[in-house]
Parts: sequence; structure tokens; C-alpha cells
Amino acid sequence: MARIELSNIAKAYGSVEVMRDIDLTIEDGEFIVLVGPSGCGKSTLLRMIAGLEPISAGDFTVDGRRMNDVPPRDRDMAMVFQSYALYPHMDVARNMGFSLEIRKSPNEERSSKVREAAKTLGLGNLTARLPKQLSGGQRQRVAMGRAIVRDPSAFLFDEPLSNLDAALRVEMRLEIARLHQRLKATMIYVTHDQVEALTLADRIVVLNAGDIQQVGTPLELYDRPANKFVAQFIGSPTMNILGIEPRDGGISLKNGTKLQLGLSGGQSAASELGVRPEHLNIVAPDAAHISGTAELVEHLGSDTNIHASVPGIGQVLVREHGHFPLKSGDKVGIALDLDKTHLFGPDGRRLAA
Amino acid sequence: MSALRKSSPLAVTGKYLALGFYVAFALFPLYWLAKIAVTPDKLIFTEGTALFPSRFTFENFGTVLLATDFLSYFKNSVFVSIGTAAITTAIAAAAGYAFSRFAFRGKRLIVALMLITQMFPLLMIIAPIYKIVAAVGLLNSLTSLIIVYTAFNIPFATFLMQSFFDGIPKDLEEAAMMDGCTRFEALRKIILPLTLPGLGATLGFVFTAAWSELLFALMLINSNDTMTFPVGLLTFVSKFSVDWGQMMAAGVLALVPSCLFFIFIQRYLVQGLTSGAVKG
Repeated sequence: MARIELSNIAKAYGSVEVMRDIDLTIEDGEFIVLVGPSGCGKSTLLRMIAGLEPISAGDFTVDGRRMNDVPPRDRDMAMVFQSYALYPHMDVARNMGFSLEIRKSPNEERSSKVREAAKTLGLGNLTARLPKQLSGGQRQRVAMGRAIVRDPSAFLFDEPLSNLDAALRVEMRLEIARLHQRLKATMIYVTHDQVEALTLADRIVVLNAGDIQQVGTPLELYDRPANKFVAQFIGSPTMNILGIEPRDGGISLKNGTKLQLGLSGGQSAASELGVRPEHLNIVAPDAAHISGTAELVEHLGSDTNIHASVPGIGQVLVREHGHFPLKSGDKVGIALDLDKTHLFGPDGRRLAA
Repeated sequence: MSALRKSSPLAVTGKYLALGFYVAFALFPLYWLAKIAVTPDKLIFTEGTALFPSRFTFENFGTVLLATDFLSYFKNSVFVSIGTAAITTAIAAAAGYAFSRFAFRGKRLIVALMLITQMFPLLMIIAPIYKIVAAVGLLNSLTSLIIVYTAFNIPFATFLMQSFFDGIPKDLEEAAMMDGCTRFEALRKIILPLTLPGLGATLGFVFTAAWSELLFALMLINSNDTMTFPVGLLTFVSKFSVDWGQMMAAGVLALVPSCLFFIFIQRYLVQGLTSGAVKG
């Protein structure tokens, strides 16, 4: 059980500051996902929490106790590495029980805990194998088992599913979600995959270039992204961003199309309009806001993605449910769901109504 | 892959011919050494370059073992080589670990200095080394050889060990530290067992280097009691003749420890001990 607080955390390598003013409170039992593109500092932040990377400035506390200078072994946190980091010269059982071995807990207790964890993870008959005799998915389970056996106050996951194939990734994602439901422990999970973030998290922390962009529940981030970066990072396919100009109380798109959008006072400076592909619809030309040509149509079965080229605006991506009888080169009319558009100011911030 | 590709019988024959030629080329001097060692003295010159002697004898071995100081040279060499190998490997492992894992001030300078020591010919520094060893009163002692050999082998051994440590993922140590180890415990329980191949290779390399070193042994040692084997071998060369048979017999015997040593460490040299640690 752990309530983790980061205040004014900064990280610098020599004179190069890579993170600054990180403030974040993680409640006991919460599943927090740190998400962002490569190099945004999410793994560094996790490693600072783990104690594997020194914290340059700020306070890091767990249940009120300052932990900045506490070595990793005394932080009572378990970490699952992207590479799994299994000890190659130890069998599965010893790998899983290693932390208890180091803490000199009695043999029977250790083996019963290992057995229980192995059973939960479906590794029951593999405990005598060496890591090199296991498949990728099994290794991943052992790495999780090693964390579970410890019964830590917090779990740290560093892109644990990145090395698995797509099907296995979905399966393990479910398993991690189940693990969290069962253990109710604080979990901090780093990923660059927004689907993992949206499906697993109680709250998501979006990072970019060493800064926290937004902290919120998955739906908050989807419905009310704080800025253009979050808007484009969360949600797949990516949100369309269209340039706009103010025109007699409303706005018009770059090709001159006027949109019936009531702007509040704070929104008068809006320079861009964001609309997710799922909030665009292919419609008859007379009902359309804009029209263009379908350049590429992707049939995914459950959805159809239509990449349309609209004169004066550029590329627009539309997502329709199910099969959509359209092929490249077809003329398309596109309607915007005006209630679900987002307005962004020149600095990229979202302007709320 | 190769099983799937159809290889012509001609290519296979060519490959084995080339391999056979290389092996014969590499082993021929050893064969010649053994051949002369078992040839009776009288036949060495009369039969000249015949591939097989017409008679065999083990007399030379008997003479070398019983009538010369060979056993004493042998013992000295074993002492010096094992001493050098052990000390060098211990220091090189520690230094290699530091180079591999830590960032510290002066790291590049130390690496550069170590490389520089490998760059000039040993002949250049024989005189200064002799003066230093003489000044500390270590002439004619095996200790002096161990110190000098250790000093000369450390740079290369360090780079060798560093590359082995570099090959072990950092994640393993970090996982161990998360699991409750101190850095030293992680080193001892996780990294060290995985570095055994590296330690074996380094031990073997330094051992053979020390075992066959002649130049410094010749210069720093002149009493018969402390001669190492390569120097001792020269005593078979007298003013008027060279005792080829005995010299070669001594040579064959000198190969024994190197062979034993490599048989002993070869299982640690097998690669792939770390496979399965990370993804893969």
C-alpha cells in the first residue's frame, strides 16, 4: 500500500535539464499510466521512482516519508522490465523467489509463495526451467511473477508488453488488469502505446519533452484534451487538425467553408479546429460541410478509414463504422459533428467553451 | 539455413580441403616438436626431414625429467603463470566492471593511458624496468616477474573483461537491486556467475602469455633456481651443440599445463550463458 507523491521533481544530466517541475500525486491502489512518445522522459521518471536514477531536485515521498535518497532495495517496490531481466542462470522458481531469498525468508514460505504465483500465472509446470527454455510470453509471466511474489507496496512496469506479439500483448494486458483488480496495489505503468494506457489506467499522465501535458482519466483525456499534443496523442487514428479563421461571430475553414459554431469569449482567439476521425461522417454532397476525394480507403472490418484529400484544406481522415462501400478515387462529402470539435489557440492550448 | 540451401558436393569438398589444410598448417610445428622429442639422438641428423622416425624412444623425456633442472623450471613457471593470471584477472575484472558500469571523472584519460602502454615495443623499456626491479632488490625473484607480467597484461585483460561486462544487460543488475540486493550483492550473485566465461577467457589468455614469456624472464632472472621454463629451455643450448631431442621433449612437457588449463576453462568459454536473460 502506498501513496506516492512527487513534488517539483527535476532531472538533469550534467547541465542539461531533461525534466522539470513534475508534480504528481498517486493515490494508494491507483493504476497510473505514464504515456508519451519516445524520449519524453516517462521511463526516466519511473526509474527515479524506482531509485535506479538519482532525482536531481524536488521531493519524492511514499506515505509521507521522503525517499529521494533511499536505495532501490529499501523502497519496497517491484519492477517489471521491458527486457524482463530474468536471471539467466537461475530456474523459474529461483528467479521468482530471488527477492525472498535475498531477504532470507524461510524456505517453506518462499516455495509456497512461488508456487502460488506460478499457479496464478499458469507457470505451474515450468518452475524448473531456465529462462532460455521459455517463450517470450512465458518469460514475461515469470517477470510478473517475480514482482508478485514480493508483495510490494507498489508495482512499476516499464513497457512490459513491448516485446510481445500483438495477440499476446492483448492477453497480457488483460492479465495485468486482473492482477490490479486482485491485488489492489499501487501500480505505475510506462508505455508509449495509448491503447494500453486507455485500457489499463485509472488515470493517465501524458508526458512530452520532460513536461507533464495533462493528468486525467482516460475519458477526460479523450473528451477534454488540455492541448493539441494530448489531443493528437490520445485516440486512434489521430485527431484531424484543421486551420481556421474567425468570421462574423463564427469560424471558417481555410477553404472558406463557414461552420455554424457558437464561440464563447475565450474561444475568439482560436486558430485551429480539432475533430476526431470518428466524429466525421461521409454524407451526401448537399449535407456535407466539406467535400473532396477519397485517396485511400482502409477496410478494417469493424471500421473503415477513409483518407480524403479536400481542396484548400489538405488531408482529412474519416472513420466510419463497419463496412463502408467506398473505393479510392470516389468523391466524398464530409460532415463534421460540430458538438464534438475542439478549438485550439495559437499556443496549442485547448480553448474551453 | 544452410540445411535448406543445396550445397554442391564440390563446394563441400573444397570447404573440407581448406579446413584440412589450415589444421595441418597450424598443427605441423606441434607435430614436428613431438616427432623430434621421440626420435633417438643418433637419428635426428641422419634421418633429417623424414616425416616418421624409424625408431621411437622416450629416453629424452626421461633425461629431461631426471637429469636436468626441468622440474624446477616447470615449477617456477607454474607459480609465475598462475600468480600472474590470478592477480591480473582480479584487477582486470574490477577495472573492467568500473569501465563498463560507472561514469567517473578521468575515465577517458585512464583508457587512453592504458592504450598507450600497449603501443611501444617492450625492448624500449627493458632498461628502465631492469633498473626499477634492481633498485627494489627484486632481481632473480619470481615476484618481480609476476609484477612485471601483471603490469603488462592488465590493459588488454581489462578491455577484455569490460567487453564481457558490457555484454551483460544492465537491467539484470537493476532487477537484482530492485529485488533487494546491494550493488555488491548484485555483482556477486548475478553478474559474477554470468561473467565466468569472461573470467575463464581472461585467465587463459594471461596464463599463456606469462607461460611463454621469454624476454623479461631472461633479463630479470639469471640464477638457475628461479629460472622459468622458457629461459630454462635455453640451457639445452650449450657452447658446442644443441640438445635437440631433450629440448623438444621439454617443449612437449611444457605444453601439458597450457592444454590442461584450456581443457579446464573451455566449458566456461562456451558462449550463450546469458541467452534468455532479456527478450530474445
